[in-house]
This record gives sequence, C-alpha cells and structure tokens, in this order.
Amino acid sequence: MSRRAAAIAFLLPALLYVLVFFGYPLVYNILMSVRDYSVRSFYTGEAPFVGVANYLAAIGNPVFGKAALNTVWFTVGSIAFQFGIGLALAVFFNGRFLGSATLRALLLLPWLLPLVVSGAVWRWMFDQDHGVLNTALRLVGLPAVPWLTDTGWALPAVILTNIWIGIPFNLVLLHGGLRAIPGSLYEAAALDGANAWQRFRDVTWPLLRPVTWIVLMLGLVYTIKVFDVIMVITGGGPANATQTLTTFSYSLSFHDFAFGQGAAIGNVLILVATGFGFVYLRSAREPLA
Amino acid sequence: MTALSSTIARLNKAIGRPAAAVALVLALAACGSSGGSAANSITELDYYTDQQGSAAWQKVLDTCARQTGVTIQRQTVPTDQMLPKILQGASSRSLPNLVFTDNPTVQQIASTGALTPLSDYGIATDSYYDSIVKAGTYQGKVYGLAPGVNGLALLYNKDMLAEAGVEPPRTWDELKAAAAKLTKGQRYGLAFSAIPSEEGTWQFLPFFWSNGADLSTLDSDRAVRALEFVSGLVSAGSASKSVLNWNQNDVADQFVAGNAAMMINGSWNLARLDDEKSLHYGVVPIPTPAAGGEPTVALGGEIGVIPATGQATQQSAAKVLSCLLSPDVMQSWDAGHAYVPSKKDVAEKFGQQHPTMQPFVTEVATARSRSAELGERYPKVSQALATAVQAAITGSQSPEQALRQAQQAGGS
Repeated sequence: MSRRAAAIAFLLPALLYVLVFFGYPLVYNILMSVRDYSVRSFYTGEAPFVGVANYLAAIGNPVFGKAALNTVWFTVGSIAFQFGIGLALAVFFNGRFLGSATLRALLLLPWLLPLVVSGAVWRWMFDQDHGVLNTALRLVGLPAVPWLTDTGWALPAVILTNIWIGIPFNLVLLHGGLRAIPGSLYEAAALDGANAWQRFRDVTWPLLRPVTWIVLMLGLVYTIKVFDVIMVITGGGPANATQTLTTFSYSLSFHDFAFGQGAAIGNVLILVATGFGFVYLRSAREPLA
Repeated sequence: MTALSSTIARLNKAIGRPAAAVALVLALAACGSSGGSAANSITELDYYTDQQGSAAWQKVLDTCARQTGVTIQRQTVPTDQMLPKILQGASSRSLPNLVFTDNPTVQQIASTGALTPLSDYGIATDSYYDSIVKAGTYQGKVYGLAPGVNGLALLYNKDMLAEAGVEPPRTWDELKAAAAKLTKGQRYGLAFSAIPSEEGTWQFLPFFWSNGADLSTLDSDRAVRALEFVSGLVSAGSASKSVLNWNQNDVADQFVAGNAAMMINGSWNLARLDDEKSLHYGVVPIPTPAAGGEPTVALGGEIGVIPATGQATQQSAAKVLSCLLSPDVMQSWDAGHAYVPSKKDVAEKFGQQHPTMQPFVTEVATARSRSAELGERYPKVSQALATAVQAAITGSQSPEQALRQAQQAGGS
C-alpha cells in the first residue's frame, strides 16, 4: 500500500460523510427544483422535468422581490449591530476586572437558549398592549411602538431579536482574537504616547482583521438562513412584511405545496451562501490578508 | 419495517412499481403478517399535543384497543409538522397505519394515491354531516371520516356584558356596537386571530361565507364587505391590532385575562374556560350580516384516514377507526375535548346534554368544508386570503386592493 493510497483511505470516512449528508440532499434539492414536484410526487415518485420554470415562477412571484430585499436588510442590519456591539463588549471585557469572566459567561445566555424559546419571549415583549417594551415606553412618556402590527416596524423588530441572539457569538470569537494580540504591542504603543483610540485603531483593529473576516463571513452565512426566529415571532407577517427568502421558500413548499419552487429559492440561497463561503475560505487561507 | 420500506422506495426507483409491489408483499410476509389475516398491532399518528386533547384521545384509543384487541402504537407531532411527516412517510413508504389529519389536507394527501377508500372496509358514511363527508371525499371516493367536528362561535364574558348593559350580539351591526361599547381602558371589546396561516383564514371564513362570498372569487363585493367589517373592528379600536400575532390559544389567554370581553373561538377551549372559576362565559353563534341569517362557519376537525400499508395492517386500522366512529366512543371523545359528534343524531342528543355545546351543534349543521369547493387548490387560496386579511388590518392595503391581490396570487 503506497503512501498515497493510505492518504486516500484516511480521507474516505470524511468524504463519505460529506457525500451522504451534504452531497445527497444538495443534489436532490437541485433535481427537485427543475421538476414539477407536487404532493403527489412524494408518493408516486413522478415529477415531470420542467427546466427553469420553477425558478421563473418563484422569482416572478410578487412576494419574491420583497423577500429578497428583506433578506438583505435582515442580514446587513443584524450583522452590523451584532458585530459592532460584540466588538465593543469584547474590548470592554479585554480589560481584566472583578467579575468580568462571570459577566461574560452570563452574556452567552442568548446564544445558549433554544431559538424557539427566545422567539416566544420576544414575541411577548413586543406585544402591543401588554408587552414590556411598550409599557416601558409609556412609562417614560413616549408613544407605544406597533412592533409586530405594522408592516414598517415588524422587520426592525425581528432584526432586533436576531441582533440580541447574535451578540454572544461575535463577542466570544472577537474576545478570543483580542486575547491573541501580544500585550507588548500595547506597551510599545503606550510608550509612543498613543491614546486609547489610537491604540485601538493602529494595534487592535489591524491585528484583529483575520478574526474579523471569519466572524463576518460566518455571521453572513448564519444570518442569511435564519428561519425559526422569524417563524416564531411573526410567521413572515404581517402581510409578508417579514418574509425572507428562507420563510418564503418554506411557505412555497408547505403552504402552497409548490415544492419545486421552494427548492428553487433554497438553491438561490445556497448559491449566495456558497459565495460567502468561498470568500471565507480564501480569508482563512491568507491569515493576514 | 421502516428500514424495509425505505429499501422499497429505493427498489421502486430501481426496478419499477410492479416488482416493488412484489417486494412489498415479501417484506410484509417477512414482518410476520400475511394478507387476509389482521395484524395485531398498528401505528397511529395524530397532532393532539395539548394536555387535555392528548389525554382525551389516549382514553378513546385505549378503549378501542380493548374492544378490537389491536395494540395501537401512538405517535403525536405538532400541527405544523403533520404534513411534512406524512409526505416523508409517503415517499419512503413508511406511513403509519392510521392517520388523523386536519380535514382540509385530506384531499391533498388523497391525491397522492397513498390512501385507501373507506368502501374497501365497509365503513358506512350515511348519518354523518354532509360537510365532513365532503371534506374526506376525493374524486368521488370517501377516504376518511372524523369522530368529532368543530366550528367557531362567539364567546362572551357574561359579567362584562351585564355591567355594560349589552346583549350578546346577533348581527354585524350589533357586534360592532357591542365591541365598541365594551372597549374600555386596557380591555378590548373583541379578540380574534388573524395570523398569516390556515388559522387566520379559518377565523375569517365565518364572516366571509356568512356574507355569501365565495372562495373561487376572493375579490367579489361580498368578500370585500366582509373584510371591511372585520378590519373595521380593528381600525375602530374595538379589537387590538395584536390580532395579527395571536393564534387561537393567545386569544383564549386574552379572554381569560379579562383583556377582551368577547372572542371568536372554538369549542375545544371550553374545558380551559371552565377551569377559571371566576369567569362566567356564554356562547352564541357567530353574528350574521343581517338579522335572522344563518352563520356559515368553516368545518374543523381531524379526519381518520387509512394509508395503503398492506392488507393486514389496513384491516386492523379499519377496525380501530370503526370503533372510534361508534356512537359511544365518539361521544366520550367529543365530551373529553369539547368537539361536536360528526353523526347528526348523536350530535343532537349531545347538544341537549351539554348546553354550552348547543350553539356549536347548531352551527356544525350548516358548516362548510374548506376544501370541498377547491380541492387541492385550497391551501394556496387559503394562504392568499390570510395574507389579504393581514394587509387590510395593518392598513397597508384597502380591503379591496388586498383581496384583488389575493385573487391574483391564489388563482395563478
């Protein structure tokens, strides 16, 4: 047995795993999207080939444009704030002070809670008449906000929830990145008379860049496919105001039973996420790009 | 068996149906059952996940297991996972032997060819309400029946109405006036559900149908007037805008908490209301557009169907289904979960025994099957209608615009 054969043998289990658990569903989804797949097809296995008709129908659906735009807003809004707040907290916790580890552990809570639980709790907090958010607003003399009952407010509301859920992930990774920056650099900067802002701008930020890349790319891939949070809080409503490509794909499949169209939207998402995935791989290969 | 059936699904693709059918027979033989004789154990699937419903259902399943001598392996999934579960089972040929599914989905499932008609087992369909038989009928064959049905009614807080000097409303005008008069401080006059799913459609249909509108033309004048009425209750402030986020359990919570003086809800919540000792509630049929009209509510309830899983298990499943449909068992389940018996004569007696159920019994007689008219097209139309109701309530579109868009979306 040559070294090469041995190498291949060692690769086989991983390769098999990827083929079975990633390759097969992916191929199946692509096949599904180019066929007229109805409820009947599940039993009979018959689904006529229709080429790109599903893609055209799904993209031609009036909800598609809205869902695509919502997905962009949802992703960009979530990532910007998750990352910003996560980074601020990471820098804050980088200074050692009494109870910092405990506090940091507590901040992980949103990440550890099942999404269905977080979603349900936030849904109650957003409640128009009895929710804690509007009660607080009224207390300080501000008008109540129609969080989930207005087509303009519902998307910001689910984004807000998703930001809350995503902060710990950003905090933990960025905090780890900060820990890896040698303290001697800060000492040198301090000797050169750099103030806190300059230390952050010229030492922390450039050295954190590889971690930043990774956090942003993973965040993008995670956020673009968020489903449960939206489903639990608004179900894509009111009047499609919080419909993203994921919930739209689900709705096409399980409300309209147009499984081919649902698969088509799913594939569009996979394509976008794959794009970001490649960027991530590149950035991971060149550590200090 | 499940491993076998997925093998069969693969065989199907590889060697074609006739050969796979032979393989299926062989597989069944391997499972220790043969055609002709009945299996002594069957699998059953339902979505009664709430504590009360689940306990009541378990009780009648136990009764029928005793009566038929068939062991029933029960499996329960949440409502929204029911259909994916059935489709999964259909594609891998591992469907449960007996399935209780929401009645508007029966035609979809029957269209796959995975179900067997009840006539194969000599289960009679006479003496049932027409609407429930229609809901279980696909292309002229009856594929299932329900041991209990339900519909929506108007439930009101007796103390609040008495205090405000309001009579339970019978017409739309009375409902509008009563809801406005009962709205006070933190309390709304009326609560209902308008979420963007089947539940929202189901809650709107009584107004839609009672006004003579039709699912085949969502944007007719009568439909527009029904939606104007319902969304008008919210814009007048008589119902909370939160109806957009409330499912029917949330609606019942609001009613129990005293945040709503009246609510549109189903009979299955009665047991919960009875638990609240300080709450005195009454039930009247859903108000109609004009005095003396008969409300047309949508028919609710789960239909028992028998998938094609092999003669032996099918026969046993049919025995269990027949038992569940027998008057005594039917009554025990319906009393346990506050459903209306699906047989006319049983229901009439039932209504006399349970006065709070009487309005529901009255309404079920004229209730309409959601899928009878549109068949397989219903789910898509229903989704479009629920979205239109939301658009009108948020005010992002006028009822007319919203329904015109729904007609385009659902009709395509």
